[in-house]
Amino acid sequence: MTESKRWLLPEGIEELLPPQARHLEQLRRQVVDHYQSWGYELVMPPFIEYLDSLLVGTGDDLDLQTFKLIDQKTGRLMGLRADMTPQVARIDAHRLRRATPTRLCYLGTVLHTLPDGFAGSRSPLQVGAELYGHAGIESDIEILSLMMETLAFCGITDTYLDIGHVGIFRGLAQQAGLSDAQEQQLFEALQRKAKPEIVVLLKEWKLDANASAMLGSLADLNGDAEVLSQARTVLQRASADVLEALANLERVAALARLRLPKVTLHYDLAELRGYHYHTGLVFAAFVAGQGQAIAQGGRYDGIGKAFGNARPATGFSTDLKTLVNLMPENGSALLNAIHAPAQEDVDLLQKVRELRAEGQCVICELPGQSGDARAMGCDRRLVKKDGRWEIQPL
Amino acid sequence: MNSTLTIALSKGRIYKETLPLLAKAGIVPVDDPETSRKLILDTNLAHVKLVVIRATDVPTFVQYGAADVGVAGKDVLLEHGGDGLYEPVDLQIAKCRLMVAGRKDEQAKPGRQRVATKYVNSTREYYAAKGTQVEIIKLYGSMELAPLVGLADVIVDLVDTGNTLKANGLEPLEHIADISSRLIVNKASMKMKHAMVQQFVDQIASAVNQ
Repeated sequence: MTESKRWLLPEGIEELLPPQARHLEQLRRQVVDHYQSWGYELVMPPFIEYLDSLLVGTGDDLDLQTFKLIDQKTGRLMGLRADMTPQVARIDAHRLRRATPTRLCYLGTVLHTLPDGFAGSRSPLQVGAELYGHAGIESDIEILSLMMETLAFCGITDTYLDIGHVGIFRGLAQQAGLSDAQEQQLFEALQRKAKPEIVVLLKEWKLDANASAMLGSLADLNGDAEVLSQARTVLQRASADVLEALANLERVAALARLRLPKVTLHYDLAELRGYHYHTGLVFAAFVAGQGQAIAQGGRYDGIGKAFGNARPATGFSTDLKTLVNLMPENGSALLNAIHAPAQEDVDLLQKVRELRAEGQCVICELPGQSGDARAMGCDRRLVKKDGRWEIQPL
Repeated sequence: MNSTLTIALSKGRIYKETLPLLAKAGIVPVDDPETSRKLILDTNLAHVKLVVIRATDVPTFVQYGAADVGVAGKDVLLEHGGDGLYEPVDLQIAKCRLMVAGRKDEQAKPGRQRVATKYVNSTREYYAAKGTQVEIIKLYGSMELAPLVGLADVIVDLVDTGNTLKANGLEPLEHIADISSRLIVNKASMKMKHAMVQQFVDQIASAVNQ
């Protein structure tokens, strides 16, 4: 490595510089305070832990995304968290073990082995909230509302909410008697809405005509609320599980229209985001100009079981670094500080103390320094007038 | 933002064979990419633009929403992985086959075969599914040369008429996949511009079936 390249950061690892870092930190504090006001208690899971618990109930994707190293004390494999959700589920199921619904929120850097998303970041600042211990759609709606409020908080309006339910595909696959390998194959094709491939697969497997027609229709069942009534017709001969999932989705849709009147709702019955650990409702928020979801979540009732305490769970997460970049006005780049001259004056020191206590930013000039008050980021200065220190505009 | 539809196409065969389908959907480009230096082409519809880019870049443009929809060969999609995209329509154009080709009458050598290809991921997956370990050599063009000069034992490439292979004393050996072009759609556009995108997809699908 030549000296001129020593400053290079690894791909997808970024650092935030003054104005940006300040805005992100402000947003971070506001968001956590806001979750607190909803009764979501902050937890701080460790940055590193044993891989077994880190990957519980998740899919291969997360395994691949996790940086691993050996614990020299035990010889066991440890992972740097790539997603905090399983950690928070562990805290709920194993550490807290409450009987009442538990509301937890978390915020921290996660690391990904592979860059994902448009910016290709490998170190998102994940923030999210989870609600454990309630299986009804009311908890899904609460999480959904909190997610949309988080976005609104960042000034991101004009959002689109995409809602689906993994129980529909899962139920249909079961009804059709698909093997695990077939289900996986169809899942992959459905994720791409690759209708020509779906038709070929279903034909090849020689399924029951009814089940085959219903599975084949999933790729087309997306759009506005119309889709739900369409699904009622298309899926009328589906199993009870599927109809229950559909009814669930309809109730969520009705509540979401009431609670989130400004949000454009979109339904997609083939949206299987996180299919391997989600068990019910799944949702994601989109915003114009971003080719990918900016926040997502859903229900994952199974995950606590591995920690000996199966509990219903629903939650969402997003990347605060993505959101801060989408904020319409990032505030001022200036510090709006007050300049204090380089003088040993008791009154001056007292005045500076008072101003700082009021929350003002006061920067003391250092003797012999280069750059004037403006270069130091100040827009006002302290001047002694009639024996008193006063603030004057620069 | 939400009223425009950007279509990504690649120059050459895909562009020529997509035009009639677009015409049936009522979209006719105003500029010709072969003569125009513009990278964004206007169409007869004010809200529809075409971007003409390299074939391998089409999935990237569409995945990240730089274009709402696009036309990409299945070969390119297999190589790209196809994640993060919808591919709802098989356009049945630019058809060919992805194949293993090699020298006629060549005895298989002991040990690992060396395979020269542009399609590294597809090749790796194909041989892994067969249970064969091979060495893959990434080339960007003139694949047919590799077996002739001893750079590789076989090649994996698109075969249309097979004339280039024949002219170089090679022949198709194994069939990997049938290739045709697909209409691909950005996931967010499908959700946020649903009415417009769905209408476009339906029009193209019915144009293909005519």
